[in-house]
Amino acid sequence: MTAPTNLESTTSGGVGDSPQRPDGTRKVKGEFAYSSDLWHDDMLWGATLRSPHPHAGITAIDIGEALATPGVHAVLTHDDVPGVRYYGLDHPDQPVLAIDRVRYQGEPVALVAAEHPEVARRAINKIGVHYQVLEPLTDPRRAAFDASAPRLHEHGNVVRHQPVRVGDVQKARAEADVVVQGEYQIGMQDQAFLGPESGLAVPAEDGGVDLYVATQWMHVDLRQIAPCLGLPEDKVRMTLSGVGGAFGAREDLSMQVHAAMLALHTGRPIKIVYNREESFYGHVHRHPAIMRYEHGATRDGKLVYAKAETILDGGAYTSSTANVVGNAASLGVGPYEVPNVEIDAYGVYTNNPPCGAMRGFGAVQACYAYESQMDKLAAALDMHPLDVRRVNAVSEGSKLATGQLVDTPAPLAEMLRRLKNIPLPDPTDNSDIRNLPGGVSNTTHGEGVRRGVGYGVGLKNICFSEGFDDYSTARVRLEVIGGEPAALVHTAAAEVGQGLVTLQAQIARTELGIERVTIAPADTQIGDAGSSSASRQSYMTGGAVKTACEAVRASLFGRAAARFGLPEEDLSLIGGKLISARAGVLVALADFLGDEVIEEVREYHHRPTTQVDPTTGQGDSHTQLALCVHRAVVDVDVELGLLKVVELSAVQDVGKILNRTSLEGQIHGGTAQGLGLAVMEEIQLSEGKLRNPSFTDYLIPTILDMPPMRLDILENADPHAPYGLRGAGEPSTLSSTPAIAAAIRDATGLSLPRVPVRPDDLTPTS
Amino acid sequence: MEFLRPATWREALEAQANHPGAVPIAGGTDVMVELNFGRNRPPALVDLTAVDELAEWSTVDGEIRIGATMSYTKIIAELAEELPGLAMAARTVGSPQIRNRGTAVGNLGAASPAGDSHPPLLATGATVEADSVRGSRDIRIEEFYLGVKRKALEPDELIRAIRVPAKRGPQQFSKIGTRNAMVIAVCSFGIALNTLDRTVGTGIGSAAPTPRHAGDAEEFLAGNLPWDDRDPVPDGVARRFGELVADAAVPIDDVRGPARYRTHALSVMARRTLGWAWEEYRCA
Repeated sequence: MTAPTNLESTTSGGVGDSPQRPDGTRKVKGEFAYSSDLWHDDMLWGATLRSPHPHAGITAIDIGEALATPGVHAVLTHDDVPGVRYYGLDHPDQPVLAIDRVRYQGEPVALVAAEHPEVARRAINKIGVHYQVLEPLTDPRRAAFDASAPRLHEHGNVVRHQPVRVGDVQKARAEADVVVQGEYQIGMQDQAFLGPESGLAVPAEDGGVDLYVATQWMHVDLRQIAPCLGLPEDKVRMTLSGVGGAFGAREDLSMQVHAAMLALHTGRPIKIVYNREESFYGHVHRHPAIMRYEHGATRDGKLVYAKAETILDGGAYTSSTANVVGNAASLGVGPYEVPNVEIDAYGVYTNNPPCGAMRGFGAVQACYAYESQMDKLAAALDMHPLDVRRVNAVSEGSKLATGQLVDTPAPLAEMLRRLKNIPLPDPTDNSDIRNLPGGVSNTTHGEGVRRGVGYGVGLKNICFSEGFDDYSTARVRLEVIGGEPAALVHTAAAEVGQGLVTLQAQIARTELGIERVTIAPADTQIGDAGSSSASRQSYMTGGAVKTACEAVRASLFGRAAARFGLPEEDLSLIGGKLISARAGVLVALADFLGDEVIEEVREYHHRPTTQVDPTTGQGDSHTQLALCVHRAVVDVDVELGLLKVVELSAVQDVGKILNRTSLEGQIHGGTAQGLGLAVMEEIQLSEGKLRNPSFTDYLIPTILDMPPMRLDILENADPHAPYGLRGAGEPSTLSSTPAIAAAIRDATGLSLPRVPVRPDDLTPTS
Repeated sequence: MEFLRPATWREALEAQANHPGAVPIAGGTDVMVELNFGRNRPPALVDLTAVDELAEWSTVDGEIRIGATMSYTKIIAELAEELPGLAMAARTVGSPQIRNRGTAVGNLGAASPAGDSHPPLLATGATVEADSVRGSRDIRIEEFYLGVKRKALEPDELIRAIRVPAKRGPQQFSKIGTRNAMVIAVCSFGIALNTLDRTVGTGIGSAAPTPRHAGDAEEFLAGNLPWDDRDPVPDGVARRFGELVADAAVPIDDVRGPARYRTHALSVMARRTLGWAWEEYRCA
């Protein structure tokens, strides 16, 4: 380890500042080039034929008429996949193009390349696919437990069953003064990013392909794409294009292999852009969950046991279901000390749309259930909801249900105390209907409106867990450009809107004491950076950039020490100058470097984690843990079932604030996504078919639905992480949903076991 | 697909007559969505936005005449006094961008039962001016809607304007959506009190194949309101009015909400909007 960096340096725009995003102005002005804006003069347009059926056999595919359409250059099916015909994030079970069976509505079956997107779109409808429609399996409970259900994959319908066993729940039941039970459900949420799946594949002279796409993790894409194309990985060169949001939905492949196949087949660049409707079929969603929970506690509120059964609907293919199950199991009781635990988490295959990564990743579902239970427990004991949480709160030194020691600050009790101290908002000003449920829809002038307050607490693992070494790689180059010292930072990390490009430059400024930093385009010409998910990029790629900068600095100090005859440990870089603790300013960095270039590449690994025991769920599976707590204040029109979230307050411990503007944006955004899950966001399904694949009927919160927030951000450093930071992208997504649901329960007195809560759940008709 | 942009109303009518199946377009907030989703592929679009007069309103014999391309934004800004019900409904349409482009006449052209303009137009007894090269005719609003996205226009006819009687008493509009802005109506309700004739107008949206009146509710209420002494509406009257409005609806279950919720919400909206309208009358 190197000595702690002096963060109080005079370099502006460094760690702790909130410099403007380099892409911010262009994005606001509509000038930023997203992947859907890519263009090549010779390009053809690709389109994808998708299955209309959630479950069917395919007996024949007739491409003749489509291929004969003027302007069409290629029509491809599974027969044309050059290499391996399956891919998958964790397990290659998803066909590039359906072979003899489709397992979900929207599964890709065939591809067309044509001169014009409209020609391509029409040609796919001329492909004749002979389907033998099969009964879809859409009930996840049946998939988990009914052996007579149709088998969707050779190894059965259960992706993973992960138990967690601590102590003796049977025995503990006898010690409980009070027992609360509930069955909770979460609907299928969509990530609802705004930039649809899109990209450009350009065939190269060496027989390879250059891919420009919007993705979250280029190297895991590459590891799946190359085998499908039958190419070595160095023949598939990926460059990150403008990403319009991700939230987990770009972790799985969408159009990557398809565009590359068409490019290699036609010898022409291929552009594919999904429209909004196709996008709903083109990516995974958040796992819906059915969760049965039981908690027992003593009269003073101390938990004595918890028992949980969680069924996560993974849909047709594996995607990341196994890891989502891992989180739902290991974080199944949340940040509470529970001496006896029995958790069974299942992830299953059905003919519903595939589900995979989404912000919060298994922890969101669990959080909704255990927090609903904590409220039930508080009610049963006539305790304040914050008190029942406080008496059971974890702290540094506690053990999770997995037996893992919490060995960094986890001041939950203090966070709850701070949350309680945030003043409550004023009563609603009814004179402006925009303050009321329904807003300008003019449904109430105050009639039927009741206020409720609710709380939520969430615990999220940061970085990948269960033994996965999700390292990152950074290259940093220091040289003089135009008389000024300048750094170039190069990684493969995906900027998906979260602000990593801003942060990488901040770190380089702080570590090298210079102001001029350029971020090179992210591509696969450098080593893996891991995924822009699991709240991990500040930690991992931030760590890699910091480490590479330190290596550059060490090399520089080595040369300076030799030249000036001073010890290396005396040297520092501030304001573009080389400074000695004893001798003061030695030389301007630009003069010292001259024509020399210092370049270093470094990998950064977090401390190792272990897998959990397959029968007991015990193990040190998580790298880092993050806490967020929310209070929601909601006005409910109890006659119409409409509501207005009046205020959301949050306390989050982030270890170290690297960029306050970015950080607050993450907390606001995560909270809003949790609000969406609480009251409106759901992909509605009927027998495996999507009923609302549009933003007309899949509603996400607007600025009139999302209230102002009061934030209290704590900085209790995690000594294992760069700068002591704690990943901050996800935790607020967990706790806002149960807090809002609790506030609605408080206002209505209804039990509301399911989110999103809909108007008809709240009105006397239901 | 042909794209026609007539400069005068006469040219527009000729374009429509000469291109059977042509679809008129103003803001495009419905038409373009239909095109993008491939739900409709008309042989021609007749863009009315070059016919300047259509974007304006005027007063004709006590009626406000709203041109075919007059935007919701303009209705909100300029007609809130004369046509409060329609202005309230316009305020609930989409986002500011949609309201800048979308038009009330476009709502009629689309004839979706969920269109926000319909309830206030029904409640106030509006008239649709249908023109063709053959001549001009008036269609009473309640005879305009024939079914889901079907309307009483001949293939060569265009709507030139709608005429709405200027306010003759308090008006209200209320709409259910599952978020607080930018939402298609789950169901909606408009009421207009005519304090001169002592009659009541209503309009129900998104709760039947077409927008419709609640005729029995109107008659019941007109006969039972304490018009002379301006007392508060007796609870029983308000409740019965709500029930009769709900009875007039024939909603379905769909992705936006169940039928039983729509029925319930209509009765609540009817009661509440009546209360607000009556309060305005009492204080006048």
